[in-house]
Amino acid sequence: MPETLSPARRALRHPLLWPVLALAVLLVVNVIATPTFLNIRIQDGHLYGNLVDIVRNSAPVLLIALGMTLVIATRGIDLSVGAIAAIAAAVACTRIVAAGDEAALSTAVMAVTYAVVVCVLLGAWNGFLVSVAGIQPIIATLILMVAGRGISMAITDGQITTVNNPYFSDLASGYVLTLPVAFILALAVFALTALLTRRTALGMLIEAVGINPEASRLAGVRARTIIWTVYAFSGFCAGVAGLVIAANTNSVNANSLGLWIELDAILAVVIGGTSLAGGRFSLTGTLVGALFIATLARTIPNIGIPSEANYLFKAVVVIAVCLLQSPRARALLRVRRRGPVVPVLAKGTAA
Amino acid sequence: MSTATVPADSLWDRVRGYTPSSRYYPVLATLALFLGLFAVGGVRYEGFADPQVLLSLLIDNAFLIVLAVGMTFVILTGGIDLSVGSVVALSTMIAARTLEMGWSPYLSIAAVLTTGILFGLLMGLLIHYFDIQPFIATLAGLFLARGLTFLISVESISIKDATFTEFAFKTVRFGDYYLRWTAIVALLVVAVGAYVLARTRFGRTVYAIGGSESSAMLMGLRVAFTKVGVYVISGFCAALGGLLFSFYILSGNSLHAVGTELDAIAAVVIGGTLLTGGRGYVVGSLLGVLVLGLIRVLISFDGTLSSYWVRIITGALLLAFVLVQRFATRRQR
Amino acid sequence: MTQMDVQTTEAGVASGRGRPVIEMRDISITFGAVRALSEVSVRLYPGEVHALMGENGAGKSTLIKALTGVYSIDAGQVLVEGEEHEFHSPAASQAAGISTVYQEVNLVPNLTVAENMLLGREPRRFGSINVRAMNRQARETLERLGLDVDPASLLGEHPIAIQQLVAIARAVDVDARVLILDEPTSSLDADEVEKLFEVMRRLRDQGVAIVFVSHFLDQIYEIADRMTILRNGRLVEERMVAETSQLELVKLMIGRELESLDRLDRQGTRMASGDGEPVLRAVGIGRKGCLEATDLTLYEGEVIGLAGLLGSGRTELARLLFGADTCDTGEITVRSERRRFRSPRHAIDRNIAFSSEDRKAEGVVGDLTVADNMLLALQASRGWLRPIPQSVRTELVERYIGALDIRPADPTALMRNLSGGNQQKVLLARWLITEPEVLILDEPTRGIDVGAKAQIQAQVAELADQGMAVVFISAELEEVLRLSDRLVVMRDRRKIDERVNADVAVADVLETIAGESRVEEAPGA
Repeated sequence: MPETLSPARRALRHPLLWPVLALAVLLVVNVIATPTFLNIRIQDGHLYGNLVDIVRNSAPVLLIALGMTLVIATRGIDLSVGAIAAIAAAVACTRIVAAGDEAALSTAVMAVTYAVVVCVLLGAWNGFLVSVAGIQPIIATLILMVAGRGISMAITDGQITTVNNPYFSDLASGYVLTLPVAFILALAVFALTALLTRRTALGMLIEAVGINPEASRLAGVRARTIIWTVYAFSGFCAGVAGLVIAANTNSVNANSLGLWIELDAILAVVIGGTSLAGGRFSLTGTLVGALFIATLARTIPNIGIPSEANYLFKAVVVIAVCLLQSPRARALLRVRRRGPVVPVLAKGTAA
Repeated sequence: MSTATVPADSLWDRVRGYTPSSRYYPVLATLALFLGLFAVGGVRYEGFADPQVLLSLLIDNAFLIVLAVGMTFVILTGGIDLSVGSVVALSTMIAARTLEMGWSPYLSIAAVLTTGILFGLLMGLLIHYFDIQPFIATLAGLFLARGLTFLISVESISIKDATFTEFAFKTVRFGDYYLRWTAIVALLVVAVGAYVLARTRFGRTVYAIGGSESSAMLMGLRVAFTKVGVYVISGFCAALGGLLFSFYILSGNSLHAVGTELDAIAAVVIGGTLLTGGRGYVVGSLLGVLVLGLIRVLISFDGTLSSYWVRIITGALLLAFVLVQRFATRRQR
Repeated sequence: MTQMDVQTTEAGVASGRGRPVIEMRDISITFGAVRALSEVSVRLYPGEVHALMGENGAGKSTLIKALTGVYSIDAGQVLVEGEEHEFHSPAASQAAGISTVYQEVNLVPNLTVAENMLLGREPRRFGSINVRAMNRQARETLERLGLDVDPASLLGEHPIAIQQLVAIARAVDVDARVLILDEPTSSLDADEVEKLFEVMRRLRDQGVAIVFVSHFLDQIYEIADRMTILRNGRLVEERMVAETSQLELVKLMIGRELESLDRLDRQGTRMASGDGEPVLRAVGIGRKGCLEATDLTLYEGEVIGLAGLLGSGRTELARLLFGADTCDTGEITVRSERRRFRSPRHAIDRNIAFSSEDRKAEGVVGDLTVADNMLLALQASRGWLRPIPQSVRTELVERYIGALDIRPADPTALMRNLSGGNQQKVLLARWLITEPEVLILDEPTRGIDVGAKAQIQAQVAELADQGMAVVFISAELEEVLRLSDRLVVMRDRRKIDERVNADVAVADVLETIAGESRVEEAPGA
């Protein structure tokens, strides 16, 4: 089946077409509501404006969604990321508070490193349950989802811990080269993920395991190592995201930090065109998905709807995207669109 | 079962010789856990061994019991329902708002239950007819219900309707002890749930789907009806649970019951139901809720432990049950 | 075709039972681009055991699933008692009196035996299931079949054989007019098979039409009255069992393909077996329910052909050699090193390669590109941290696309868009890239076009000439004979013959497979 498509048709078939289009539509809606929506100004050497806010706010979801993308590609799911983010924040904040010099750079670096290591270990724990104990991913990660916020509260002793470290708060509100640090951090992890999966063979092996586990086993793929790696990586991403969220408020509230962010992250992955059934994944798609979610959150108050209605729109998006991916719904659409084709085909097989 | 071959035994012999079927082991384990916890509490804390503590456990967890019953149906088919917490919030909000608007309380209750059923129906149809994973379809339900709740009102609305407040505090007395009607409704739901699962074709089909959906299909069972049906039941139970919750808390609030779906799932699993479907009992889920409730009571009696330990202990129990289930089913295959 | 018509008419008259209870006329079923069945006709008479015969991919399962309403039919008719029916679901088929027992027990292990037998039609009182009546009814049915099983026990607690019999009990209990038994005996021992046959005879005498699928020829000859033979989704013939010798049957099942193939004249070009150090020596390897203890020795530059029918143990042997399944008994020595293969990876590390018969489920990674599919095994053995350098990738992929004439010659094409033959070539390339010493090919030419088939055969011959030890499995005997230097014949899960392939006649091997050269046969496992 040699495919000789015109560039236009190829563009129409591109998997990123729909996510990008949806994002564009949202932006257009915003511009109609507020003509100055896209304006960006420079103040004190930093960029300001709605778009800058959107990219900064998208950082935590993007970070978590990157790890989630790889997990989903192996036919898994990680429900514990929100809880892990809360643990990361709790670990970092209590470390900073306990340090001798609370405001020092070394304190921030030490606390952040410590938190990230803990999260990688928690991710590896999920990976252990999935790959070695053979527990379904949704169940395995549910355990940490339930226990994680308790652990986070145990670390902070149930208090909302406030920290005072300028380097730490820069994670969320700082600027480098006129851009928010949070977004640059997320982009850096994005680049790291792309490098890790596309410059090594990890991406290909993840996809092979996700598409056909048995064929991969017979080809000698070490599925266990790969699954372990992606869950640990997901833990890492969740940890970094938790730090960014905590830095934004300079505090950690174990009850609410990163609440439902796992759902946003899964939504970002799904919007980006990675199927929940595993297999091929698109990091760029996930990037677009995360930006879409952040833009949606901006759009709703901008067009005069209370921002809490955000959930309603997310529900609609989830259902729409899932229906678009569902073979059954597609078949229904197709039959309606080219009804007369079917009898012709039937005749062809009978001949 | 074991005594069938030995005729004319005394009752005592039969009781002594009774060995429960292995399929009841998980529920018995939960029961033992519950009794053990209760005994520990009774020994350590004064006033703990009071039967009223047990009755209060039922009263305080009435809505969670109802949620867990609905969740048991769903999990038995191998599915999951993440939307129940949000549907509870939506129910409290619909009740509070409609009462505020001057609806008759019965009309208000009907509206709440209809909404829950419609929610379940919508998710069930998405799951069965469009092959959307239960997890993601009910996630959409979670967002949808929570969003609708916020849309109705961002502020908390208190319930002042006389019928509601009267029913909320209506009690049944057993001498010195009392039970509220909400708890009795919950126990009724458990009884009906247990009956439906054990003694109706619908209930047995639920188990069959959990055992193997393709087998159930090939056996000519009503798979589509049953699969959609369990989500309708879960939606109904969530709405009913929401009503009981509004009786308990007498307000509608969009932030009610955040994360309650996790409690319900945890209760079902701790009650011995296999998360992959096919095995489990509603009575187990009741015990699961009571174990979680008892842990909360123990911690409050203790006074030195903080409330967050409930979550950690719940997680640990989940882990233990999931691992045991995993190895038990692996050995069987 | 005309000859067949004559034959079937004769058979119909001979049986003297008048109208068939089920008649399937010119049934065709297509999956995507694959024609699974084309214009197949089958007639089932009441009071007969009808054997459905054929190798892998012959279309038996597809035909059964068409009759039971699992697959929808693209063309053709199904007549029940002379009236046309369309089955859109298993329930509709069951309502028409067709009951089925599948090879994999299609019951639910988490319910009781009685529930499994009566699910969907439980006795009820006031709307609720009457458990006592249900258990009693189940016990009666089980007793009628001579089975001593507690109806109240969980199905999953019983061995597979009992579960299989319970499945049959369920099927029998509905007063079926047609009972389809799809390989019910594959997990039963001889006594259990006898028990099953008793039940089948009783039902047959009551006028039930029974469709029976089994890999064991002896069982067919013991129980079946009539048979329909399928090959590659087409009808070969309908025959009365009593009028067909085993040899004839085997010929009909795996006989000569009609298309002519280039002859590969390689006999005597390579060293005789037994010379030098063996590459691999397996002694007494076996696995419960799959393969009895079997020896096999592989030498460099030699093609070993495994001949035998489906279910004879040919695939099972290959999987044990590769570690795809683990051995219960025996040991494997590779290059004088003793090895236990607990996973395919261990075998790959010892330079063994295996291409599965189930290309789609166990070979193709459909959503990856041709290049990724080719490099999968090599990359897996290197680990993810050591990607194959781009230049090496390009070089390898281009070389094998050229050498195996893979079309389209586009490394970035998605694997699922390739034809079966080209997919098979990519899988062959996947293993050749790992430079194996032992190459095990399980039905590499099944379901692919003639051109690709010839190319793969030529490739196998060339590889052996270069010194590789090749194990070649095919359902087509001619193909095995043409390619192999040494021939191993399998039957009933064990090796029954091994000979150097010098002027071995097809007829001889067919006889061995059919079991006619053997004095006595032990039926069953």
